[in-house]
Amino acid sequence: MAAGVATSAGPKAYLSRRYRLSASHRLHTEAYSADENRAVYGKCNNPHGHGHNYAVEVTLGGPVDAGTGMVCDLGELDAFARRNLLERFDGMNLNTLEAFSEQVSTTENFTAEVYRIFQGFTGAKVVRVRIEETGNNSFEYAE
Amino acid sequence: MILLTRKAEFSSAHYYWNEAWTEDENRRVFGRCANKNGHGHNYTLEVTVAGEVDPVSGFVVDLKDLKEILEREVVSVYDHRHLNLEVPEFAAGTGMVPTTENIAIAIWRRLEGKVPGARLHRVRVYERSDLFADYYGER
Repeated sequence: MAAGVATSAGPKAYLSRRYRLSASHRLHTEAYSADENRAVYGKCNNPHGHGHNYAVEVTLGGPVDAGTGMVCDLGELDAFARRNLLERFDGMNLNTLEAFSEQVSTTENFTAEVYRIFQGFTGAKVVRVRIEETGNNSFEYAE
Repeated sequence: MILLTRKAEFSSAHYYWNEAWTEDENRRVFGRCANKNGHGHNYTLEVTVAGEVDPVSGFVVDLKDLKEILEREVVSVYDHRHLNLEVPEFAAGTGMVPTTENIAIAIWRRLEGKVPGARLHRVRVYERSDLFADYYGER
């Protein structure tokens, strides 16, 4: 928000923005034996990993500012996403990242992780994160 | 209860400008969108209504009626128009900047009470495939 610009709150709306990132992962847990990992995760347990083009849809809710007509500044949201989502995850092997050192890199866990990340965005409140892993499956997280 | 969604499309021009602010403030807040010559989008509108299924017709609402209501109340007013210059709710003096959020709110207000037999549940407006706003009538 521009400094010195008076604002007041209007009706509550929700803004959703989609980001794309490509990453590799392997579904595997030390809690299972090699056989159990193969049985549970199937081809996703391939030791060399595989990858997806993920589409991450972030929804923010809040009063529409009477001055700007916006729930939040889109430039600030994109900058936050670039710094905290794209630069951290795009082009990476998810299993090598700190976020997945203690949990399996399923898209369920990835979705919850992205939700926690956007809780750090101060421009508006994150209310939902949805990630499409492929065109056929997607995952949602909301509190 | 069933939720039923109907899509419609319109193509419009707009720009972002708050008359209460200086030119510098407008440029700082709205950036490229403050260009007064305007720019445009192909908008996609999704209107979701909620209601009970009629035991005889099997419909929540007659889709043909809903299509005509969207055409009359929204598309015929917004399509191939300049939102700031030709649509009354965004005209100079209203203080309503035609952002995606405000377009969703304005469409809700246009449709509220106009769909017989069903309750308006959600208005979703896509400005582009990677950006959309939802309004559920919350004040």
